[in-house]
Amino acid sequence: MLISRGMILAVKLLIGAYPRWQGCAPNERQRIYFANHSSHLDALTLWAALPPALRRKTHPVAARDYWDTTPWRRHLAVSGFNAVFLDRKPKASDGDPLQPLADVLARGDSLILFPEGTRHHDALPGEFKGGLYRLAQRFPEAELVPVYLENLYRSMPKGTPIPVPLICSVRFGAVLERDADEAKHDFLIRAREAVINTASQTT
Amino acid sequence: MNPQQTFYWALAGVASVLLIATFIGWLMARRAQSEGNEKGRNTVANLNARIRAWWAMIALFGFAFWLNKPAVLVLFALVSFMALREFVTLTPTRPGDYRQLFLSFFIILPVQYFLIGIDWYGLFSIFIPVFGFLIVPAYTVVRAPDIEDFLTRIAKVQWGVMLAVYCISHAPALLLLKIPGYEGQNLLLLFYLLLVVQMSDVLQYVFGKLFGKTPVAPLVSPGKTVEGFIGGGLSATLLGAALWWMTPFRPQQAAGMSFVIVLMGFLGGLTLSAIKRSLGVKDWGTMIEGHGGVLDRLDSVSFAAPIFFHLTRYFFVP
Repeated sequence: MLISRGMILAVKLLIGAYPRWQGCAPNERQRIYFANHSSHLDALTLWAALPPALRRKTHPVAARDYWDTTPWRRHLAVSGFNAVFLDRKPKASDGDPLQPLADVLARGDSLILFPEGTRHHDALPGEFKGGLYRLAQRFPEAELVPVYLENLYRSMPKGTPIPVPLICSVRFGAVLERDADEAKHDFLIRAREAVINTASQTT
Repeated sequence: MNPQQTFYWALAGVASVLLIATFIGWLMARRAQSEGNEKGRNTVANLNARIRAWWAMIALFGFAFWLNKPAVLVLFALVSFMALREFVTLTPTRPGDYRQLFLSFFIILPVQYFLIGIDWYGLFSIFIPVFGFLIVPAYTVVRAPDIEDFLTRIAKVQWGVMLAVYCISHAPALLLLKIPGYEGQNLLLLFYLLLVVQMSDVLQYVFGKLFGKTPVAPLVSPGKTVEGFIGGGLSATLLGAALWWMTPFRPQQAAGMSFVIVLMGFLGGLTLSAIKRSLGVKDWGTMIEGHGGVLDRLDSVSFAAPIFFHLTRYFFVP
């Protein structure tokens, strides 16, 4: 708990991580938050922007090949911000790489997902990968909330160890509507546009 | 009275003024609730948010003053940090700016306040305009050569550092002045500066709301009026003169000093408004409810502090 508080304090001091609930209000319902991905700080920032009561039941997805490489990082991710690991380059023998994520949702907890799969050093997100679609299909009850992380790509450009202080707001958009007949490709495009719309809305 | 007692009296004075303001705000909220229109209610709500924020700020500064010099320096260093963070956020920066921002936040800012802590006036006064001015852009060129808009980028960051670190640090730098006959009381002088600047802002706001008709610079800052400036400025100058007993000045000198503080504070507010407009925003941030960002509250301090510091040093430090 102490390490978690320390990390939240540090991230708030450096980059603010101010929540802006533009399209929805924080609540206890199960949610899949999906956001643009531009720095190693994204998961912690989005998680820290949630109200404390929701943090306990919300798990950011962290790349196993970065956050699970040393015991120290692993400790930061798991005890610090409640992370669940995802294999980005899974071997066929390991089964479904999305299973740990599905387990979290099956427990009734919420998930923070970065559907681009990799960091994208730009203001707007790149193309979305299919994981979000598959999880949304398997858990039709979960609300899909687009989130735009502002300014993080400026605070921590590629290859830099410490973020420079900038005010990064976390903008929560309107819950994405479900359409049972929609094809995977169309859904992913619509989801990406939802993040971009959240970015362009002024508060 | 010893300095400790003077400080408590001054603090009690501020608290009573705030108490009266809180009461008036409460009355106004009740009246706006029953008869006011939408705009009136919003103004009153904003006024009350400002008063609440004033309580928090006074509590924070009072506590730091009570803890003495190191705490005051840490507090001002944090304030500079927040102000610079606001400035940089609104300034378009590129990945190539990482190095100069890193140096500004994590080296230059702490060193500047450390120099006040060890009473090294000589280096304090030239550290940013000489060393920072030359080393930061040079380091940026060496480590990450990115020539696109290079001059604009370094100039903007340097402006931010001068304003948020160098200028603001002149307020706590009052603590390193050795004024004969005023030893051990410099915290009172800092308190005096902040009091006159902020009362000038408040009184200009009040006079502007009550009598304001003629805008000073409608393009830059529609809220600033000639009536507000004259009424608020004069009363803040009188208040500053009446508080001469906190300072090493005689009453007439205190009036002159207050006048300079008021004038510089006004110019600071106006200049920073122009910068905000050119960046396309109304407030620097949202950190202090009702006021905006840290820089919105400190725009006048950043302009008044260096001039007040140097006038005091020139005339009262042999």
